[in-house]
Order: sequence, then C-alpha cells, then structure tokens
Amino acid sequence: MVTMSDYAGLKPTWCPGCGNFGILRALNKALVEMKVEPYQVLLVSGIGQAGKLPHYTRGNVFNSLHGRPIPPAIGAKIANSKLIVIAISGDGDAYGEGGNHFLHAARRNHDITYLIHDNQVYGLTKGQASPTSDVGYVTKTTPYGAASPLNPVALAVVSGASFVGRGFAGDIDHLANLIKKGVTHRGFAVIDILQPCVSFNHKNTFQWYGERVYRLEDEKYDPRNKKAALEKALEWGERIPIGVVYEEDLPVYEDQLPALSKGPLVRHEIDPARVEKLFTEFV
Amino acid sequence: MPFDFNFMVGGEAGQGVQSVGFLLAKVFARGGYYIFADQDYESRIRGGHNFFRVRVSDDNIGAIAEKVDILIALNMESIQLHQPEMATEGITIFDGEKTKEVSGNRGSLFSVPLEKLAEEKAGGKLMVNTVALGAALAAVNYDLSILNTVVVDWLGKGEVADKNIAAAKAGYDFVRSEHKSHFPKIKRLPEAKRMLLTGNEAIALGAIASGCKFMAAYPMTPASSIMEYMAAKSKDFDLVMVHSEDEIAAINMAIGAAYAGARAMTATSGSGLCLMVEGIGLAGITETPIVIIDGQRPGPAVGLPTRTEQGDLQFVLHAHHGDFPRAVLAPATIEDAFWTTIKAFNWAERYQLPVIILTDQHLASSYATIERLDASQVTIDRGELFSEKEDNPMEYMRHRVTKSGISPRAFPGLGKALVVTDCDEHDEKGHLTEDAKERTAQVQKRLRKLLPLKKEVGTPRKYGLRGAETTLIGWGSTYGAIREAVDILRKEDASVNMLHLSELWPFPTKAVTDAIGRARDTYVVENNATGQLARLIKAETGYDVGGRILKFDGRPFTPTYVAGAVRKGES
Repeated sequence: MVTMSDYAGLKPTWCPGCGNFGILRALNKALVEMKVEPYQVLLVSGIGQAGKLPHYTRGNVFNSLHGRPIPPAIGAKIANSKLIVIAISGDGDAYGEGGNHFLHAARRNHDITYLIHDNQVYGLTKGQASPTSDVGYVTKTTPYGAASPLNPVALAVVSGASFVGRGFAGDIDHLANLIKKGVTHRGFAVIDILQPCVSFNHKNTFQWYGERVYRLEDEKYDPRNKKAALEKALEWGERIPIGVVYEEDLPVYEDQLPALSKGPLVRHEIDPARVEKLFTEFV
Repeated sequence: MPFDFNFMVGGEAGQGVQSVGFLLAKVFARGGYYIFADQDYESRIRGGHNFFRVRVSDDNIGAIAEKVDILIALNMESIQLHQPEMATEGITIFDGEKTKEVSGNRGSLFSVPLEKLAEEKAGGKLMVNTVALGAALAAVNYDLSILNTVVVDWLGKGEVADKNIAAAKAGYDFVRSEHKSHFPKIKRLPEAKRMLLTGNEAIALGAIASGCKFMAAYPMTPASSIMEYMAAKSKDFDLVMVHSEDEIAAINMAIGAAYAGARAMTATSGSGLCLMVEGIGLAGITETPIVIIDGQRPGPAVGLPTRTEQGDLQFVLHAHHGDFPRAVLAPATIEDAFWTTIKAFNWAERYQLPVIILTDQHLASSYATIERLDASQVTIDRGELFSEKEDNPMEYMRHRVTKSGISPRAFPGLGKALVVTDCDEHDEKGHLTEDAKERTAQVQKRLRKLLPLKKEVGTPRKYGLRGAETTLIGWGSTYGAIREAVDILRKEDASVNMLHLSELWPFPTKAVTDAIGRARDTYVVENNATGQLARLIKAETGYDVGGRILKFDGRPFTPTYVAGAVRKGES
C-alpha cells in the first residue's frame, strides 16, 4: 500500500505560505491515489523554486539546468519507457529559458507530463518579471513595465500538445485529479498551475484567484474541441477556467520508435557481434 | 616505389561528383588497392566548384596526394582550376562537344562526347558522370566488370543499374577506340576484402558496436552523416536517434537517456558544441556518461561550414565553467575512429563523465580502405554498477564518496533504489546542498576519477627514426599526412620522426615529455592558426615546441606540404 508517508521528502525551503506547498501536496496525492511507488517515477526539474520540488517528495530525481527539464525527461523516457516521467518547471524555466523545448515537445507529443508552477514572477532571483507577468508589471529589471505576457495554455494548444490543463495551487483536490489525468494521458500533457507567490507577487494572491477560478468540469464543456479550447485558453480576468482545457488522442512520439517495441532500451542486451553484418556492407 | 595513382573528379554541386568519386574509390578497393579519398565541397546544393580526389596505391596510404594523374572534368572550370595539380603526363577527360576552347593545359586532353553518349547509350543526360567514369577507367585499361558489380551492389539490380553500366561501357569503349593512353594498365590485385568507409561511418559503426542505444543531434556539417547513419540503422539495431529542436536539447536529451541507463551520444560541429557547453558541465556534475562528437570545421561562428580545421582543441579542453573531469580523444585514422568510439563509451561509463571525440571535416568525410574490422575485439565495460542483491536499495546514494571517486550507478525504475542527482552541488544522496564540507568532498571525489583515467591514456604514436634530430608533433586527423611526410624526408636522409597524439586529455605528460626531450628541433603540425597543441604541451610539460607548421585555410595537409614546410624550416 502506497501512502502519503512514502512521499515524505526533505523539508522544503520555500517561503511560508508559498503556492508550491499546494502543488507538492497535490502531486503526492495524485501519485498515492494512482498507487504508484516512488521508484516507478522520475521527476525531472529545472531551476527556480519549482525546480526544488523533487527533493521535497520522493522518487527518482534529475534536477536539471535552467530551462531544461524537458530534454532530459524525453531522453530518460525513451531510454526507459516504463518510467512515469514528470517534468517540473516554473514560468521562467518553461516559457523563458526553455521555450523552444516546450514548443517542440508539444509538437512531437512525447509521453511525459509537464507541470509548470506559474506564479508570474521570478522568485529565486527575487522578484523580476517573468514571461507571464502582467503587462506593465514594474520590477527592478522592468522599470518601465513588463511587455505583454505569453499565454501558456493557448500556446500549448496551438503547439500541438495533446493534453492541456490549468490547475490552481489553492485547490489541491482538483489539482491532484488534474495531475492524475495528465499522467494517465498518453502523450505530452501540459498543466499550467496558478501559483500565488507570497513574497513577490502581491496581485495574484490566493484570494485573487479564489474569487475568479471556476472548474470546467462544472460547465458543459467539451475539451475535445480545439477551437473551443483555444477560446477557453484566452479567457482571463474576471473568470479564469481551471481543469482540462484540451485533450486529444494523437500519435505518441515514443510509439513510432521501432526499438521500443522490444521493451525498454535499458533492458536490451549489448551484443557487439551483431555489427559484423554492417561491416560486410562496406567491403 | 609503391604504386601511387591519383584521380580527381571536378564539377558543380549537383553534377554527381560525389557519386563518381565514391564509385572510383570502390572499384579500386574491390580490385585489391588501398584507397584514400577526400571531398572538397562548398556550402551549397547546386553550382559552385566541388571536387573529389581518389588516391590509389598498393601501399597503405593515409593521406591525399597533390598531383593529379587523371582529371575527370565535368565542367570547364574544373580544367582551369586544377591545372597546377595536373601531372605533366596527366590526362584530362572532358566533354569536347560542350567545352570547345581549352588552352594552356598540362598533359593530354581526352575529348569524350559525354553528354551525347549518355543520351544515346544510357537514356539521358543524368548519366554523364558515369560515362566519364567509364572513360577514366579505360585510360588505365582497368577491368570494367568490377565496376558493373559495384554498381549492382550500390543500386541493386534493375533499370537504374543497367543504365549506369551502359553509360560506363559507352565511355570506356569510346576512349579505348578513340584515344591512346600512355598510362600502363592498372591490374587487378588479389582480392583483399578491405572495408571502404568514411570517418563518420567508422564512428557510427563504433557507436552501434558499443551498444549506443540513444543519440540526439541537430544536423550540422560535417557531423550530420553520423545522425543519418544511426537513424537508418535504428530499426535493425534497436536504437533511437532523435533529431532534436536544437543542440541544447540534443545534449540534454542524451544526458537524460544516459542517466536512465542507455548508452548515449550526440554529434555536432564546433559552433553546435558552443550551444552544448552547458551540457558538458551538467554531465560533469551529475556524473552522467555521455559521448560527444565534435567534427571540427573552421571557426569562429559559422566560419567555413564545409571545410576542415583543428581549431577546437583548446575549446573542448576548457568548455564550461568550474573544475570537473572530462576526456578528450582525437582519432588519427578512419580505423582509429571506430576503436576510439568504443573506448569513449567505455571510459564515459567507467569514469562517469563526458568524453569528447574530436574529428574534423577531413576525417569525417574522407574515405579510406581499412582491414575488415573485427567485432569480437570489441569490449563493453559499463563500469561499477549498484547491485540490489548485494546492497540495500534503501541506502543507495548515487554520489557516494568512494576512494576511487567512482560511485556505483543504479538506474531509475530498474530496482527499488531511488536515483537522485542534481546540477546544483549535491550531497552523496544527490540532494542539493550548500554545505561547505559536502561541496569539497564532491569536487574532490569527481576530480579523483582523473587519476585512474590518466593511467589508461595510451602512449602517443611514434614513427620514423628513433632519436631523430627533428620531431614533428601532430594530433588527430593529420596522422596520415605527417607520417608520409616523414617517409618523404627520410628518403632525403633527413633525421626526422613523428610524435602523434590521439588521446589528448588527460594529457599523456610523461610520454610526451620523454619524446620531446630527445629532439633538437620540434614542430607542431596543426590545422589551426595558433598552435593549440603547442600551447597544451607547454602547459602540461613546460616544453616550448619551437616550430609551427600551421594551416588554417580550411584545407587539409598533404604529405608534400608538410615535407616542404620542414625543408624550409618554417616556424
């Protein structure tokens, strides 16, 4: 029996009240409810406060460079297709430094889940504007106000991600369910998570979000309609949708790799003698 | 004197220079000869001037020669551009009906109606290059049946092969009846069954033999053909080649695959490696074994994209910030490229670090004949692995501090052990730490791995007169040219030898110190502008290498060039 105590990791160093605590709890809850053991999971994170999350739970961990959780996650998933691979980023990590990987992982539809702790600000480097900061947001590095933000959910939908969701760190049960759906989904599952930053973002607080978010499941909403999904993705302001925005069954990158049909690559025996037949082609 | 004969095929990109060059090399290899062939091409798909040189010998040559005996000129420009290289008794094969005015050329002109014969005998202009190939073989009265077999092996039986065979025969018959060649017949030698392959093919074969299961890369000359070969064999050899969105993704994907337990590599050129630099350090601190191929080309930035240089040595020795161990290998020959790749995978896993293989455009795309490789000589060493049968998986620590510095590897998901690592400094368990003692212990542990690795570094190759007054020092792909330059100079009774390095880091300090200490005059021979090996030797041994024979025009050394520079006492 897997329990929450199996996922008790190191003590977090996040600020008290940080939205990251809710995300950590939701992730652990999702894995426990899915009856997944820590050794079956690989958490690949980048740099930023979000990047530290894997240390505060339990599992296999590859804490990677800034902006780069996606490429090693892809490499590891291809090497061992039996692993449950979850990549973890903040908004700077995913949409700034790692933007190109985000687009192409979505396009190729790798079978990994991507959680983005989106607090619309750089926390670790102390309060600079991020790619999702509101337009006009004044910080030490943007004294004349931030440029207009990118929309991660819309970007994921148009880039070809086959599962796009938005969660809220303040609604742990809902987020845990969303993570379960993302992990179960075959293909690239993007979950942008609204994460209040208690130290640097004094606008998008728990209360601010609490007054605005609503669950898509409570509405008559069909996440399999791409046009409707894009419309939902653009909804922001007085009402902010959370839940599965888009879901589609698309060819999975790993499924088209013939080598994986013979089981995880890491279990293949190495037999140098096999190369002899190639030598003959050069004679 | 060994038999030594040189063909050149010249023309625009798109005229089939590469195909004819390859076929020429192949027919003589099949006929029992040693081959060295190189390709000179521009960064364009059509037009420009390309040439392919094929050197045929009954001796094991390792470099290209400057003199051209037979030039297959697929356009007028080829005739004009290559006059300086033509042997005085050479033959130029060209289409006299397309190229009327040819003046001032050396040797004989064999006018062959290439296009007309292609249209009349082989069904179209596309066969012009094969007609010319047949004509060239006729000029040395070579056995045409060898070409027929090679064409069928290459293209498979069918109409295309038949047309090529007919085209070659048309050119062959025309020259036999219309021209009189003064070159003696090149006879077929006893069958040798050697392999004819490029440096990149040798690397790809080495990777497959090593059990490389994962490659990620982004196309870049001169490394792309490694990607293409690996991709082509991915189904039959159960491996995965990912064409990633950029080089940053490529190296990070390879690191992820290696962390998960697959042997993994990437391949690029210098400016692609610039993007990969962050990954070199990531592999360093997470102690992840990866193999990185850097096919050097002239820099900086885009430089000369299709040409050759050895300008990345100092770069790869230092690329990334901080102190951590790495290994740098630079294969000397095409055969060496295969074995170096095997070694790179073994070192990477035994010492859990990045291993960089430095080749260059010259080695990557030149062809040579080598004795058939023997896969039974390939050894696979995956290094120290954690065993859940012997040790408690709950106590597993990925970065355990050990005497050797090597921490046994476990792979995520294959057992109960949790494999935790971090690009931040980490403790033995892999969790990030800022503790001063833990930091110091981890840095020291990583650097300790260099000690046993240094003992594995092979002795540099020596060639020529023992204790000679002059020592030529080179590294990587210049081996064949320098070795033959020593032969040329030795025939003139010069007191000269060669010291050649193909395992550059950890640096073989003692072997180099001993060898250099004996010589009166020393020269580095390097395809770069500043003598990067000379700087490395100075840093590691204290010796100043006095002479510099440097070439950085994007073209490879030839033996005569090196010998000439030594005679002049270049420095």
